[in-house]
Amino acid sequence: MTELTALTIKAALAGLEKGDFTSRELAKAHIDAMDKAKNLNAFIVETPDLALKQADESDKRRAAGNAGLLEGIPLGIKDLFCTNGVQTTAASHILEGFIPQYESTVTAKLFADGALMLGKTNLDEFAMGSSNTTSYFGNVTNPWKNKNKPEAQLVPGGSSGGSAAAVAANLVMGATGTDTGGSIRQPAAFCGISGIKPTYGRCSRWGIVAFASSLDQAGTFARTVEDNALLLRSMSGHDPKDSTSAKKDVPDFAKALTGDIRGMTIGIPKEYRVDGMPAEIERLWQQGIEWIHAAGAKTIEVSLPHTKYALATYYVIAPAEASSNLARYDGVRYGLRVPSDNLRETYEKTRAQGFGDEVKRRIMIGTYVLSAGYYDAYYIKAQKVRRLIVNDFMSAFDKCDALLTPTAPSAAFAIGENEEDPIKMYLNDVFTVPASLAGLPGMSVPAGLDAASLPLGLQIIGRPWDEETVFKVAGVIESLAQFTHRPA
Amino acid sequence: MSLDKATVKKVASLARLAMDDEELERMAPQVSGIIDWIEQLGEVNTDNVEPLSSVVDISLPLREDKVNDGGCVEKILANAPESTQGYFVVSKIVE
Repeated sequence: MTELTALTIKAALAGLEKGDFTSRELAKAHIDAMDKAKNLNAFIVETPDLALKQADESDKRRAAGNAGLLEGIPLGIKDLFCTNGVQTTAASHILEGFIPQYESTVTAKLFADGALMLGKTNLDEFAMGSSNTTSYFGNVTNPWKNKNKPEAQLVPGGSSGGSAAAVAANLVMGATGTDTGGSIRQPAAFCGISGIKPTYGRCSRWGIVAFASSLDQAGTFARTVEDNALLLRSMSGHDPKDSTSAKKDVPDFAKALTGDIRGMTIGIPKEYRVDGMPAEIERLWQQGIEWIHAAGAKTIEVSLPHTKYALATYYVIAPAEASSNLARYDGVRYGLRVPSDNLRETYEKTRAQGFGDEVKRRIMIGTYVLSAGYYDAYYIKAQKVRRLIVNDFMSAFDKCDALLTPTAPSAAFAIGENEEDPIKMYLNDVFTVPASLAGLPGMSVPAGLDAASLPLGLQIIGRPWDEETVFKVAGVIESLAQFTHRPA
Repeated sequence: MSLDKATVKKVASLARLAMDDEELERMAPQVSGIIDWIEQLGEVNTDNVEPLSSVVDISLPLREDKVNDGGCVEKILANAPESTQGYFVVSKIVE
């Protein structure tokens, strides 16, 4: 029998149902794996006792014939989701020791379907980063190694780096993530796994520590496209507690995985051929186009003319929303307080000591672009360009059913690289940010290895609310890519 | 550099972030560099384009105006750095 930790969620559900193993055994196998992989620093808090307790309850439910959709499946939860009674930090010193007194809607739904929580996964502080190097609780190490520089510790991508690393290293069967500008898709690509950011509004944001509210969206990581479909179905749905969550029926996403994309048209956005893109990413993209043809669909070139302005637009809107969202960390109601003689100094010192550099930079950018005299020039301007970016996508979708692009402009890089210039780090999200600004569903699937034996991903972007087409196309790429490589 | 140290200092103050001179020296060129990079948006013609604040095409839902939550003072105060008798405690602000 395959090692329990190497199973897919689908296979584990079948094994549990057949009685090949119990949820407790499955949980224990993962807890043992976590013990051996502490060097990855994928978790901020591990919750083995909670997982075993949940596993025992799960085994009882299954025995009683009340198994849920994810009954007995052990997961990692990004430490941005508030979990009742379990420390939630957003990887920030300012929230160290914060114990939520409530459960986020997404985690509540997963638990209601029988899932277990193995721990809270590490991330960039307040989900701001593309390398998981801004966490107050230390860097996460990618389980993959560059074969030419085996001694180098690589980043897992970010911000959901701990979730991606934990799934890639078989420490969890799947994980939650959040994606504001690429924080699921880019780490999925860097870690050789699949991950989806659904349409904005598909999952409730209630109980997720807010970064940029018009962009933040929960999503999933798993080792197969189908496992992502199972997780996303559980997490999705309308929630009256989030006014931007949509009143839409949640399809059984896994049913979309028919493998049949005949007659579809996949758009290839010409503006995504950026200067300096490595030739092997260009080649992989071409290979993806050939797979689409082999599966009986056609591709057409489409134009998204405002693509080159997406990152700058994002770096106005996201920091603006962040500076406003993060105003709540004042040392009064929860989190860190650095005491002082007067209230203003308490605020200033608390926030100075509580936030790291990248978070401070973004708060400053956001404060500046929202300040009197600059609001129209920067913030309103960015909102206008955002509309043009959305319009670009909508025109493209008049001609095609989905888009195929690379997920990231490089493979995983070494910890410490790209740190000298914040903008250089921001460029990691050049292919993921536009879909975020437009609220579109996007999925990364591992599609090949580069010359250094590191995984590369392809991204499928769909129309709003059409995750089913995204899954369908991703499933075809997955089956034709035959990506069976695993980190050593 | 479009933002000088004095401007960055003012922004830090608006954002309630204490910053000493050394940190301002380090932060000012970074923040300024990002703002300079953002300036590229000026190239885009946005005449007659409505700003987009949300991609969700729904009006904000309304509900009946009645209390639907509450009675959980202990939970609200559970993470307070300092509290007493059902209140958050802060430094004295009125002499």
